[in-house]
Amino acid sequence: MKEIFLIAITIMIFVIIFQISKASEYVSVLKGEEKSRKQNNKINAFMLISFLVLGLIGVWYCNELYYGKTLFPQGSGSVEGEEVDWMLKVTIAITGIVFIITQVLLFWFAYKYQEKDNKKAFFFAHNTKLELIWTTVPAIFLTGLVVFGLKFWFKITGDPPQNHHVVEITGQQFAWSIRYPGKDGVLGKKNYKLYNQPTGNTLGVDFEDDKSWDDLKTTEMHLPVGVPVKLVINAMDVIHNVGLPHFRMKMDAVPGIPTTQWFTPQYTTADMKKRTGNPNFTYEISCDQMCGKGHFSMRGVIVVETEAEYKKWISEQTPDYFTLFPDKNPLKMIDTSSAANKPLAQVVEKK
Amino acid sequence: MSSEAILQSSELHVDHDTHHEHHHHETFISKYVFSQDHKMIAKQFLITGIIWAIIGGLFSVIFRLQLGYPDQTFPWLEDFLGHWAKGGKLQPEFYYALVTMHGTVLVFFVLTAGLSGTFANFLIPLQIGARDMASPLLNMLSYWFFFLASVIMVSSLFVQTGPASGGWTVYPPLSALGEASSGSKIGMDLWLVSMAMFIVSSLLGGLNYITTILNMRTKGMSMTRMPLTMWALFFTAVLGVLSFPVLLSGAILLLFDRNLGTSFFLSDIVVAGKILPNEGGSAILFQHLFWFLGHPEVYIILLPAMGIASEIMSVNSRKPIFGYMAMVGSLFSICILAFLVWAHHMFVTGLNPFLGAVFVLLTLLIAVPSAIKVFNWLTTLWKGNIRFTPGMLFAIGFVSMFISGGLTGIFLGNSALDIHLHDTYFVIAHFHIVMGVASFMGMFAGVYHWFPKMYGRFLNNTLAYIHFWITLIGAYLIFWPMHYQGLAGMPRRYYDFSNWESFKQFGGLNEFISLVAMIVFAAQLLFVFNFFYSIFKGRKVTEKNPWQANTLEWTTPIRPGHGNWPGEIPEVHRWAYDYAKLGKNGEDFIPQNVPVGDDEEKH
Repeated sequence: MKEIFLIAITIMIFVIIFQISKASEYVSVLKGEEKSRKQNNKINAFMLISFLVLGLIGVWYCNELYYGKTLFPQGSGSVEGEEVDWMLKVTIAITGIVFIITQVLLFWFAYKYQEKDNKKAFFFAHNTKLELIWTTVPAIFLTGLVVFGLKFWFKITGDPPQNHHVVEITGQQFAWSIRYPGKDGVLGKKNYKLYNQPTGNTLGVDFEDDKSWDDLKTTEMHLPVGVPVKLVINAMDVIHNVGLPHFRMKMDAVPGIPTTQWFTPQYTTADMKKRTGNPNFTYEISCDQMCGKGHFSMRGVIVVETEAEYKKWISEQTPDYFTLFPDKNPLKMIDTSSAANKPLAQVVEKK
Repeated sequence: MSSEAILQSSELHVDHDTHHEHHHHETFISKYVFSQDHKMIAKQFLITGIIWAIIGGLFSVIFRLQLGYPDQTFPWLEDFLGHWAKGGKLQPEFYYALVTMHGTVLVFFVLTAGLSGTFANFLIPLQIGARDMASPLLNMLSYWFFFLASVIMVSSLFVQTGPASGGWTVYPPLSALGEASSGSKIGMDLWLVSMAMFIVSSLLGGLNYITTILNMRTKGMSMTRMPLTMWALFFTAVLGVLSFPVLLSGAILLLFDRNLGTSFFLSDIVVAGKILPNEGGSAILFQHLFWFLGHPEVYIILLPAMGIASEIMSVNSRKPIFGYMAMVGSLFSICILAFLVWAHHMFVTGLNPFLGAVFVLLTLLIAVPSAIKVFNWLTTLWKGNIRFTPGMLFAIGFVSMFISGGLTGIFLGNSALDIHLHDTYFVIAHFHIVMGVASFMGMFAGVYHWFPKMYGRFLNNTLAYIHFWITLIGAYLIFWPMHYQGLAGMPRRYYDFSNWESFKQFGGLNEFISLVAMIVFAAQLLFVFNFFYSIFKGRKVTEKNPWQANTLEWTTPIRPGHGNWPGEIPEVHRWAYDYAKLGKNGEDFIPQNVPVGDDEEKH
């Protein structure tokens, strides 16, 4: 019923607008087309300048409303992201100035040079000096932006600092799996053909490779604050993207082609809860590459915590190898479990 | 051989010039359906484009319902969409199908075929002074291949598993594997076949436009005397001819991967618990093939709008376009650079950082010719005597949108910022403003300006003004706040944000945007109504040159027949921009076919 009512109203409005428009056309014919054209011209010129003024107020108002909801006020969760924020601000400032100047000129010229009876347009076909100025000035500013942008780009795509640790993240429709390399610091080999849902080897880890025996598989990613982390990014099925808005980072997860991304978390989740004033604040991993019907629900969680908390957490994780092969090969089990148990024990000791 | 045929046919025309129109007793079929008259073909492209725009726009309204009102159900949706909107709630699969089709339809079927198909066909022979295109037959085929592509694309909307739903960029493996998404079943094959037909159409058209502009200009119409619309459409056609075949290759390889078991784009995949045998392919390869067209494509969409806006701004400012050669030069450099920047869509795919840096540099270079164009448009307005016809208003709207959207390109072209903003609402805001709305503004400007030439009648002015103001204000209201959503990290192509702690704070804004989108869509329907009503009932054009413009199309009769000029084709003696000069009878313009007086300097 409500819908029919809405449709009826819409059609009514259409009909009314159409009748008014039709009538105004007749009126303009009666009044003299030239005269009514000139009236319309004045009205539209006035509308253009009003649009400029109201538009600029709107831009300011929009900023008042929504600046607080962007990521700027809470600051970057990663050390590297601060440079992104800085560059964003510089770019906003430069483009903002250009935006205001050009839009003001556009609408102001339109208003100021509206048709007047006693006036004639000025024949002005070209001016080399002017054209040179507005070729070189933008070029200079752009060079500056490129230089700073590339400096940062090479830093972030270059090698991570020596003290980094490695975490693997794998996307599949529609969840993230996290793998830690364990005590040996090396992730075990993988082969997608070893994927086996029933046994739980959902990442296709090659357990023939003893490097994999101490690897930890988790659903949440825990990171110690202040330590650079290098993510090794994989996908099982289609292209996903590890979107880390709070850290200002993003990298595709491509099946068959591992990618990497590193950053240094600088605030723990608890810090961020305070900074944002939001007790539910969570570092979220959003899938940023269309990956199917559940794309919007492909959420991961990163917990950034202090070194001590992190060590406690990681010591509580059981290597995947134990959970997958508790009894498959009992003889081998005893050997390997003791071998794999040792590093785990060391982790605990070290803590 | 074809050039011989052209010569013969043009000779034929010349012979029969004087009583040209009496010779053709055309049937309904040959005049309105399988017409070879470039003007009729242009109208066919335009009207098909309008129908597609309504469909594509409606899709966006439907998925904006989901984004604006995620908690509500709309039982009438189920009446229309059946199981795609079970219980009145749009299903995620269909939401993604709508998003994909919205993009495909508007980018290709409306803003490529509808925009350059319409204006290249309509304006090229009229503005360069030719009786028709180089090959009217290929031109006709170009439309009918487009029609065929449209039929296939529409049919994909009705298959059981739904149309393609992997986004308009159809990245494999998602688009290659039916198991990964129901839209990647038969719907995806139809999408690819339809696009292949579309590419054929585009190539037939493009080759024709280039040939016609290069070979069939009337006497005195040197390249540098052509109106800027011609230059823009020329470069557009060059872009299309050189880049569309690359997309065709990508589409065909993808069809092979889907149906013949090849592994061009597939490697190391486990999908829905099934281990696939494909190894050694590269999913990223497709992105290179796609964006090698995909980036020039955005200029294929934008350049015609630039040309149209330049022409209309000059006519209605009653002033020559400022910096004609700089305008041509910047179109040229945009055309070249368009081929060298495709990988800026792929900064976060794991691209080699050095390669990325090269693409950053080349991408930001495009800002220079773009800036030149903007300043030249501004200077064209300066000290003009401006008439705000609906076409002129849309041309001004185009410049405003081009500035707003172009500036955000500087953010996204810089890889260090793209790594944060990539695939967020910031991107949606950027390309909708600069490519979507700006090009639509250019297209509307063109329709309002050349409608009198197309149909011998005017569109209703009041409706036109209402249409303009709602569109301009609405477009800013919809897309401006999206920059803020993007700066909050909100990802694109999300069906629902309510489970995300980081993105759910924009509920009210999403609702507002959806509401405005509906109003703007309704305003477009006003335009559509105005368009069809005015074809039959609009105020009649009573003079040949209603806008007092210089270009040749206004020297033809009010309703030109096939062949355009009843007598000889006029000779051109000057450039198209002699406004603000005193004509013989005291007018402020001198058309291109008027010989240069002794007291004038030459251009």
